[in-house]
Amino acid sequence: MATMTNTTTSSISVRVLLFASYAERLGRDVVELKLPPGATVGDVVFAIRALPGGGELPDRPLTARNLEHCALDAPVVAGDEIAILPPMAGG
Amino acid sequence: MAYLTTLPIDAAPLVRAVEAPDRGGIASFVGLVRNQHGGRAVLRLEYSAYAPMAEAECARIVAEAESRWPVRVSLAHRLGALEIGDVAVAVAAGAAHRDAAFAACRYVIEEAKTRVPIWKKEFYADGTVSWVDPTRAAERSAAS
Repeated sequence: MATMTNTTTSSISVRVLLFASYAERLGRDVVELKLPPGATVGDVVFAIRALPGGGELPDRPLTARNLEHCALDAPVVAGDEIAILPPMAGG
Repeated sequence: MAYLTTLPIDAAPLVRAVEAPDRGGIASFVGLVRNQHGGRAVLRLEYSAYAPMAEAECARIVAEAESRWPVRVSLAHRLGALEIGDVAVAVAAGAAHRDAAFAACRYVIEEAKTRVPIWKKEFYADGTVSWVDPTRAAERSAAS
């Protein structure tokens, strides 16, 4: 129990959204991750690419944090919604 | 004013939305679903989006254009299943004079294409289906 409590208090939970071709490659459109404090969006991408099918994603995809485009070195805080965005094709 | 919709887009109300007595020029752009892509016959397509971000990004782009030029801008993008000839996107920019209207209209459509999280799945006549990736060189040259 003590370990679990420590993990809960010291790690940050983020919700990761996948779309279009990326969602198809991983077979899911949302992933809940727990990351160590100080993690970045790049760490989120690394964790997603380690999932089955994730290796087909580019190592530097477009990303967004809380509905805004962000760089891979952007910090992640608890409760963030991180999105990994395939090349956009609107218009 | 910017919005996403799963319903057909009529550009006329977007043009009217940027009319005003002191605006003498309105530039508009209407993007339609084309029946071919890179030499392949397209039957139909589907647009999907990260809707909350797409709405926010469209609003940011319109706000940028309205701060950069003395214009009023409207923008609409369709989502869901579209047929050939359907309006995919419409932009209207109204200004006192045409230079600002053209510049703002061009800015909004170009920024929307690269920044708004919308994805396009094309269904081809040969039965294949693919996600469009405008960053791939072959598709970039085909699109120009």
